[in-house]
Amino acid sequence: MTAYLRPNTLEEALAVREAHPEYTILAGGTDLLVSGHRVPPPPGIVDLFDLRPLRGIARDGDGSLRLGAATTYLDVLSSDTGREELSILRAAAREIGALQIQARGTLGGNLVTSSPVGDTLPVWLALGAEVELSSAGRGARRVAYDAFCTGYRQTDMAPDELVTAVTIPPPAPGTRRFWRKVGTRRAQSISKLMIAATARLENGLIAEPRIGLGALADRPIRGVAVERAMAGRPPDEDTAARAARALAAEITPIDDVRSSADYRLTVATNLVARFVRLLAEPA
Amino acid sequence: MADPSRVSGDPALAVGVSIPRVDGRAKVRGRALYVDDLTAEGMLHGQTVRSRVPHGVLRAIRQDPDFDWSGITVATAADIPGENVVALIEDDQPALVPIGGRVRHPDEAVALVAAPTRARAREAADHIELDIEPLPASFTIEESLAGEVVLYGDDNVMRRFDVQKGQDVERALAEADFVIDGTYRTGPQEQMYIEPQGVMAAWDDQGACRLTGSMQCPYYVHKAIARLTALPPEKVVIAQSVTGGGFGGKEEYPSMIGAHAAVLARASGAPVKLVYDRDEDIGATTKRHPARVHHRLGVMKDGTIVAQDVDVVLDGGAYVTLSPVVLSRAVLHATGPYRCPNVRIVGRAVATNVSPHGAFRGFGAPQTTFPYERQIDKAARQLGIEPFEMRRRNMLELGDETATGQTLSYSVGGPAALARAEAAAGSAPPRELAPAEQGTPVRRGRGLAFYYHGAGFTGSGEEKLAGRATVALCEGGGFEVRSSSTDIGQGTLTIFAQLAAAALGVDVGLVRVPEPETGSVPDSGPTVASRTCMVVGGVVERAASALRRRIEAWADEQGIDAPMDELGRRAAGELGEISETAQYSPPPGIEWDDDSYTGSAYAVYGWAACVVDVAVDLDTYEVQVERCIHAVDVGKAIHPIIVKGQIEGGTLQALGWALWEHVAYERGSVVNRRMTDCIVPTFADAPELETIIVEEPYPHGPHGAKGVGEIPMDGPAAAVANALEDALGAPFDAVPALPEHIARALAQAERAPVSKNEREVIS
Repeated sequence: MTAYLRPNTLEEALAVREAHPEYTILAGGTDLLVSGHRVPPPPGIVDLFDLRPLRGIARDGDGSLRLGAATTYLDVLSSDTGREELSILRAAAREIGALQIQARGTLGGNLVTSSPVGDTLPVWLALGAEVELSSAGRGARRVAYDAFCTGYRQTDMAPDELVTAVTIPPPAPGTRRFWRKVGTRRAQSISKLMIAATARLENGLIAEPRIGLGALADRPIRGVAVERAMAGRPPDEDTAARAARALAAEITPIDDVRSSADYRLTVATNLVARFVRLLAEPA
Repeated sequence: MADPSRVSGDPALAVGVSIPRVDGRAKVRGRALYVDDLTAEGMLHGQTVRSRVPHGVLRAIRQDPDFDWSGITVATAADIPGENVVALIEDDQPALVPIGGRVRHPDEAVALVAAPTRARAREAADHIELDIEPLPASFTIEESLAGEVVLYGDDNVMRRFDVQKGQDVERALAEADFVIDGTYRTGPQEQMYIEPQGVMAAWDDQGACRLTGSMQCPYYVHKAIARLTALPPEKVVIAQSVTGGGFGGKEEYPSMIGAHAAVLARASGAPVKLVYDRDEDIGATTKRHPARVHHRLGVMKDGTIVAQDVDVVLDGGAYVTLSPVVLSRAVLHATGPYRCPNVRIVGRAVATNVSPHGAFRGFGAPQTTFPYERQIDKAARQLGIEPFEMRRRNMLELGDETATGQTLSYSVGGPAALARAEAAAGSAPPRELAPAEQGTPVRRGRGLAFYYHGAGFTGSGEEKLAGRATVALCEGGGFEVRSSSTDIGQGTLTIFAQLAAAALGVDVGLVRVPEPETGSVPDSGPTVASRTCMVVGGVVERAASALRRRIEAWADEQGIDAPMDELGRRAAGELGEISETAQYSPPPGIEWDDDSYTGSAYAVYGWAACVVDVAVDLDTYEVQVERCIHAVDVGKAIHPIIVKGQIEGGTLQALGWALWEHVAYERGSVVNRRMTDCIVPTFADAPELETIIVEEPYPHGPHGAKGVGEIPMDGPAAAVANALEDALGAPFDAVPALPEHIARALAQAERAPVSKNEREVIS
């Protein structure tokens, strides 16, 4: 028999987590229930869905945004807090599954499942997000998302920890944002590739570009070389071409049942170039 | 004679009106019982153990001695009471591979398990080990034709058809001003009905076997189960449960899953329910036949078609199943709705080590429509003739002769369909417009396709089938339509109620149409081939008219003068149940010669024109279908909303086949077995479909109706490919055209800029 626990407070949840690190966490259940009959039943399930203290989006005193781990995609879509900064998160959330999935799937679940095709994950890279983890014994800590995902479906979360929130630093004025998912169709699809990007212009030159790439490696990755190729340059055709070349040199996507390596590479470079051109257009 | 003034029901009130579907309420309220909703006392759950090897000899079936087998039944070929065959056209397919027998594809059923729960059945199945000695296998049309692995006869060709018309086609091609020469490939397609396949089986104390399941053709299953069980026909009862979609996928396969449920129920002595998971359904059941078509089209400078030479090869998969019939239809549709004096068509279905391909809406016609409509389009492009004009110059009109020598003497809706589509489409959008999405480079194009589809069975098929239907006056004065035509979502129950009500002259609410059960309904033939409304509906209408005459004659005798509903009540009270059964008889002048493949291939044809506007994102190579105009001649729309639904559903399925649906195989086995990866389009992928119903009545159909189920599937893929060529200047000769293929085609076009006509022979 599988044990089922539904804590009502964060303290209770952390205590359960410490006592039963072998139990599976159910955030929204959209991964767990789909794979349910293909894997052996876990010894226990800790259901965190609708755990109130972890749900919702709020602005902290320092201007950063704090998104609770139990926030659903539907919450993201209907929240008025940080609408401009979260435009690309909303765009990603809108394309995840259908309404039923959006009402159950959570930001924390997507982070911890840590699939290379997780649709919100490239957004955290582009927004410079940090992941907040908590445990009963050691309290809370924050890790940059870049360091949180440590490998294929691997994260930095310890066996006694839970992801409690994601935080996003206040953006520099004039920041532009870009999101594009290329899926197997226009709705309810698993991504072939995703690009989330932010940058701004400073005296006509590209400043602080951050490029998050999904489904192009064994985990969501930053396009570090692309960012270098763009930074400090005008958003023109030459820079677009340089960015595309830099990206081609830094990723080696794979062939799978959903797409081909060639296609992923070509489209990713096209979209990076598209982002550069977009920066030249008025906001 | 009955007094005509007695007629109370105006047929116009029942036919041509979109009444609420008779099955709608139960489905919407969740009260309709699908097979997985059924249960019985002591019921067990079945599970199938499959070969997982594409080709080999079965040496042994072993049960894990360490597993707890209590309460579990295992059945193998040895438990089959009658013949180990899934009877259809040929007897080559076993229900279960016997020890020493040949495994011919990776999803072949070898053993069966029944257990009190599904989980336990699945677990037990995992503890059965198969010892299969592998043999070399072949997976493609090319490998099959190469013949290194012989799977059927001595050359792997399961069936061949030849059609010949006019003079020697080589000479005709040599005399043509231009010859367009192309090779086209179309891929497998999954029906993706919402309800997976499932059957429940039980044997009673008298040794009779009863099956209830999701299916299109109860009498196909009946024939197969009678042979498998060696039971007399009356001891086999096949009932259809409410069925969640078929599209051809539940034409032949229910005989297989039904056989398995029957064997398990007999071996276990308990009712057994066998319902597939999605992955098993996608892996084991039939797909549309993949095809390779080589087409040579001879045209004159003014656009006149003078010759067509078509070589059609279908991948039939591991067993013959329905491949000869699918091939026949592919061949008979291979030259399109065009006048052409000189024709040669060669069709072959070949064997591979893949789960058998089978029926799917269109049934071979989409595979040959795609090539000829690409060819005509290429010819128009080369000759500089506008696409609509090119079709107009060559299209079949009243009095013209088809490739098989059939003179069309009625219901030729092609010219009207083409004209209506052209008028609705208006002018094509500019190639490049203000982009739909910020910063997105887009290229636009328009494509046309024009086609026809023979309604009903081919040639003398309907005459041989002699479909029957009964209309009965029941206790209390209600009427009942009894036929084996199933409602698989396409509206059979509703339109039969309408047709019977109109013929009887009563309100539709007085007519009941139950789901069929063999023994209680006559054999109306299978629910396939766009024949249900046109053929069986016509028989229902005749049976209803005969019943009405009988009731009116009785009323005359009794000297009663009342409206029909009252007459019905009184006659039922006096006479008890009375019924009339009618049988199909072919319209005059329909003659077909199976040996020469000449004559009237079909009693009548549906006609259609489809215009597609596409926008291609040049960064992602994704295609957005921005408009899709589909004008379809259906003779008469008995229920306009159902007809529109048939056209729109078929259109979306065809757009899916053209742009998204890719069933991927590895060594004969489907790799993408889940709906997350085996892609069909969603509403977000579909444009607002602009559907035009054209009514060119068929004089021998009920109220002029002819087939509509399949024709919408035939042409949109060609319209899409023609639109892609228009947009991008590169030819797209394969289905599906995935973004990956478009990216590659554009990269190739960039690397080696070639004349777009290089692939064509210019004489």
